[in-house]
Amino acid sequence: MTLFIQQLFNGVALGGVYCLAAIGLTLVFGVLRIPNLAHGSLYMLGAYVTYFFLTTVGVPYVAAIGIAALILFVLGVLLERLVFHPLRNSPHTHHMIAAIGAMFFFQAVAQAIWGADFRRMETPISGSLRILGAEISAQRIVIIVTAVVVLSLLTWFIKRSIHGQTIEAIEQDRTGSALVGINPAMVSMLTLGLSALLVTIAAGLVSPINLLSPTMGDSLNLKVFAIIILGGLGSLPGAIVGSFALAIAETMTSTYISSAVGEAVAFIVLVAVLAIKPTGLFAKAVQR
Amino acid sequence: MNALKNPRILGTLAVLLIIALTPVAFGDENYIMRVITVGLCSAIAVYGMNIILGFTGQLSLAQGGFFGIGAYTVGLLTTDFDWSFWQAFLVGVVGTSAIGYLFGLIALRTKDEYFAIFTMAIGFIIYLTISRWESVTHAHSGVNNVKFPEAGDLIDFSNPTAMFYLVFIILLACVYVTYAIRRSSVGRTLLTIRTSEDLADAIGVNVGLSKQLAFAASAFFGGIGGGLYASVVGFIGPDAATVDKTFEFLMFILVGGMGTVAGPLVGTMIVTFLFELFQDFQAYRFIVLGPIIIALVIFAPRGVVGYLGGFIDKRARKRRIGSARKDGSTPAGTPSSADAAGHRGAPADTITTTEEKK
Repeated sequence: MTLFIQQLFNGVALGGVYCLAAIGLTLVFGVLRIPNLAHGSLYMLGAYVTYFFLTTVGVPYVAAIGIAALILFVLGVLLERLVFHPLRNSPHTHHMIAAIGAMFFFQAVAQAIWGADFRRMETPISGSLRILGAEISAQRIVIIVTAVVVLSLLTWFIKRSIHGQTIEAIEQDRTGSALVGINPAMVSMLTLGLSALLVTIAAGLVSPINLLSPTMGDSLNLKVFAIIILGGLGSLPGAIVGSFALAIAETMTSTYISSAVGEAVAFIVLVAVLAIKPTGLFAKAVQR
Repeated sequence: MNALKNPRILGTLAVLLIIALTPVAFGDENYIMRVITVGLCSAIAVYGMNIILGFTGQLSLAQGGFFGIGAYTVGLLTTDFDWSFWQAFLVGVVGTSAIGYLFGLIALRTKDEYFAIFTMAIGFIIYLTISRWESVTHAHSGVNNVKFPEAGDLIDFSNPTAMFYLVFIILLACVYVTYAIRRSSVGRTLLTIRTSEDLADAIGVNVGLSKQLAFAASAFFGGIGGGLYASVVGFIGPDAATVDKTFEFLMFILVGGMGTVAGPLVGTMIVTFLFELFQDFQAYRFIVLGPIIIALVIFAPRGVVGYLGGFIDKRARKRRIGSARKDGSTPAGTPSSADAAGHRGAPADTITTTEEKK
């Protein structure tokens, strides 16, 4: 039972990380209609930039994540402007290929700067808490709390603030929003920047638990895609539910069956769900 | 005779001839021969991608996985089970096609982005199976000493040149199949699906079945490429089945030109050459190649062969209009060969240029 509670907390913490990554990706899909395959490499860059500010420059942990998030925001905006914007009228395969090019580029850059070896980010938050007999490391609690706070802020931003509402408007009807004076190009840049910012927060939070490497984004990339496909591309509630469901399924199968099955469970679930419902669980009618 | 006047066919033949003659130039240099032969194996797999992506317009990201299945079937059967190469190769190719067909049953229920990501997940499941199922695939220690094809005392396939010609002949068959598909009603059906799935459905094309067959065909070519690759290299590890392998194939086809007959081969050779050029930089090569991919998709989405094809079309059109003028008759409506051009392009192109000439 103790092990179960322990793993449940680990699963929820992992779910928080997936959630922060998946929300950005699904927002980008909603607004740009692009599955951004470079998302995982933005996560990887976010982790390395946080690492750089924390270890090399020596600023406090929270500030390091903040600075990294801002830098990645700018990078996301640039990615939209330089890569996706010129391709906005191309067939959908072209975006994905360009995103793959960007992904390779980011990985090569990270490898050139920080090398291919694994690196460890020293955890600034140590200690653990005892909840219901299970030892929960403080870092995981920080992850859960931060994920909840960031998600609440994001919901407020999208539902209440004027800039956030433009994102939802564009998602619902691109032409219509342009008619009432919303600039789709600006919103696209904002969305991609925002997704890079969110995924950096996720990376900064999880890096002290995991190791850093230029390919660390690959498996996250695939899992997050499995999540948003599962939830239905472009659906926010779908992404949140999918993140926690898959994360808990992953930690549980790793614990009780084997780590290989744990790694594959996201994709097995994905195959099963799409075999039954090819548009994902929470799909809304996709308009083009 | 007529076929030899077609610059497209001439160009393809010229490329094939140049490649056929490489052993004459580099026959003694084992390393170069091996790089080229491995390139040809990849090219075969890329021809598979050409059918599903280039003709049918569905971005399948499972090709690296199919390549890996082909390679591992041949690798494991010839070593652990001591089968002969040809038996293992046959089982590998049939098996890969069957697996492709089965995955296609589920994958093709999805569309567009869903399809791309779903096939990427399939590719990753295949990779995970290969890299984690240690009792069967030896996981990260890989498979050593994969057999060369047997041919009695006739030919010794441990000779790089002999192996090169074997792969080359199979590649020729793939090029011909691609050419034949392009000319047949099957090819036109696939191109219709690429242009518009709804339209194809409306005019009575069996979209589901056609896509299913195209997907199985892509797996078939992937299996052939992988099986040959295992024998050429002699050692295979899980990285023969990674998603990165798929992305590599994608770059090959993009550089060459999607949906063309010669594109996959030309693209593979050009990029293989670039890889070798940047050999010293290893992983850093993508600092240059990444932006090149992006620039290609933005500025030259039709690839080298697609671009040359468009150029040939334009010249042919000019000539036709020129001769029509001499005859004093109005230029006949140019039947646009939508083939070489990507999704957008040819038809619209034709109209504007014809009008300008008037």
